Amino acid sequence: MSIIETKNLSFTYGVGTPFEKTAVDDLSVSVNEGEVIGLIGHTGSGKSTFVQMLNGLIKPTSGEVLLDGINIWDKPKEIRKIRFRVGMVFQYPEYQLFEETVRKDIAFGAINKGLSGDELEATVRKSARFTGLSEDLLEKSPFDLSGGEKRRAAIAGVIAMDPDVLVLDEPTAGLDPMGRDLLLSQIIQYHQERKNTVFFVSHSMEDIARVADRVMVMNRAKLVMFDTPRNVFARVDELHEIGLRVPQITRIMTGLREKGHRFSEGILTVEQAFDEIVDRLKREGKI
Amino acid sequence: MIRDVALGQYIPGNGIVHRTDPRVKILLLIAFIVFIFCSFSFVSLGIVTAAVAVIILLSDVSLKLYLKSLKVIIVIVLITSLLNLFYGTGDPIFKWGFISVTMAGVYRAIFVSVRIILLILISSCLTFTTSPTDLTDAIERLMKPLKVFHIKVHEIAMMMTIALRFVPTLLEETDKIMSAQKARGADMESGGIIKKIKAMTPVLIPLFVSAFRRAYELAMAMECRCYHGGQGRTRMKTLHMKGSDCVGIIYAAVVLAGIVLGNIFFTAVI
Repeated sequence: MSIIETKNLSFTYGVGTPFEKTAVDDLSVSVNEGEVIGLIGHTGSGKSTFVQMLNGLIKPTSGEVLLDGINIWDKPKEIRKIRFRVGMVFQYPEYQLFEETVRKDIAFGAINKGLSGDELEATVRKSARFTGLSEDLLEKSPFDLSGGEKRRAAIAGVIAMDPDVLVLDEPTAGLDPMGRDLLLSQIIQYHQERKNTVFFVSHSMEDIARVADRVMVMNRAKLVMFDTPRNVFARVDELHEIGLRVPQITRIMTGLREKGHRFSEGILTVEQAFDEIVDRLKREGKI
Repeated sequence: MIRDVALGQYIPGNGIVHRTDPRVKILLLIAFIVFIFCSFSFVSLGIVTAAVAVIILLSDVSLKLYLKSLKVIIVIVLITSLLNLFYGTGDPIFKWGFISVTMAGVYRAIFVSVRIILLILISSCLTFTTSPTDLTDAIERLMKPLKVFHIKVHEIAMMMTIALRFVPTLLEETDKIMSAQKARGADMESGGIIKKIKAMTPVLIPLFVSAFRRAYELAMAMECRCYHGGQGRTRMKTLHMKGSDCVGIIYAAVVLAGIVLGNIFFTAVI
């Protein structure tokens, strides 16, 4: 059953001024519970505006967002409740840290939600564990952490609210390759344990290919594709036209196929490619 | 949102007011402030009001924006004119308990509110039509004589430029941090004033942290470019006086003459 659904969702900035600009235009989409949705698009394609409408930080100019079939703006006074159910991690979330200790900062959202005592403590520990923050860091000031650790602490702060839908806006931007890989696998692991719905905005096609069940492609405020990564990344030319590319390994395998090697279509990750090549070599009796 | 504040915002345009030399504009603003406070009769006040209205109509900025900048100070205008209403001397024309209103009080109230409104309008006109860089350039140039007193004019102007440059950046940052904290369930709308102030902590701390970070980075970047202040520095854009600037000065002179005559030949009411 669909947990989140949008109907003809539109948002225009600066209505009635010379700077009027439509950021999201007539977007209808339906997402099932437990899915991981990758969201890609050029800078300024409306991805960030779209995800901010999912938890009511931005009120749509027209159209609606349905959470479990109920319009989130039915009761505007209770919009805060929506934000506990749809957790949102912004780009560069480390700039939102403010408390004296990491523990307090992670607890901020959970306290706002109404947690206290042992329950709060358990939640904080659990979120820290999910994001790979070690226990001894919890008593430190968030401003003494390294960049990667700050990022983890900020993500843990959102996870601590235990949202049913987790929106991550470029969570790996600006991290080193190792930190990237680690954070990504922790997000996957968290998703597998919690079975929540995840929106994952990214510029990295490799990351999207690795985590997404379905991919939304946005271009100039419109939703242009919504399909499995395999099908989306098969449309190389269309993606190219809107300034996006397919994962590097997909390009390599497509190139090899064009050179006459019979690899199967739709290879998205290095692991898949590795298996495919080993398989081929084995069948040809070379290893 | 915070960005809707119209006060002190530059609106690009190409009208005569936009093209006037910023130094002349600043001097004219100072002159007009003096004019506004030196109008003692209704005729003089009328002349200044008309003069300000002409400048505003010529300014190539929509009247809506001027109204918006007035909206911010409407409360101040109301309070000060109300207070002045009760402070007049002379025969009361209205009395209720200890409150008495005199004709002088009424005049005073009218003068005070018109003066505040004119002040805001004329200074908004300057900021609407002059880009921040032009403005600080002009201030630096106008303050140059102060160097005699060992005042570091260039440094002051540089600080002003930097401060103005970072206003939009910090506003954007505030917006972003507020959204992030709201996403974590921060409640900034409800509750009394103390609760609201407390609710600002999660916004203010990250904002200060990032402001200091930016300041540090900027200082570093300036140092890397061997910046060393005003000594022997040339500028990319030098300001030049044009014929149209003289028109502004003549205009101010005419208005001044009108006010002086208005003050002499008509009874001063305040």
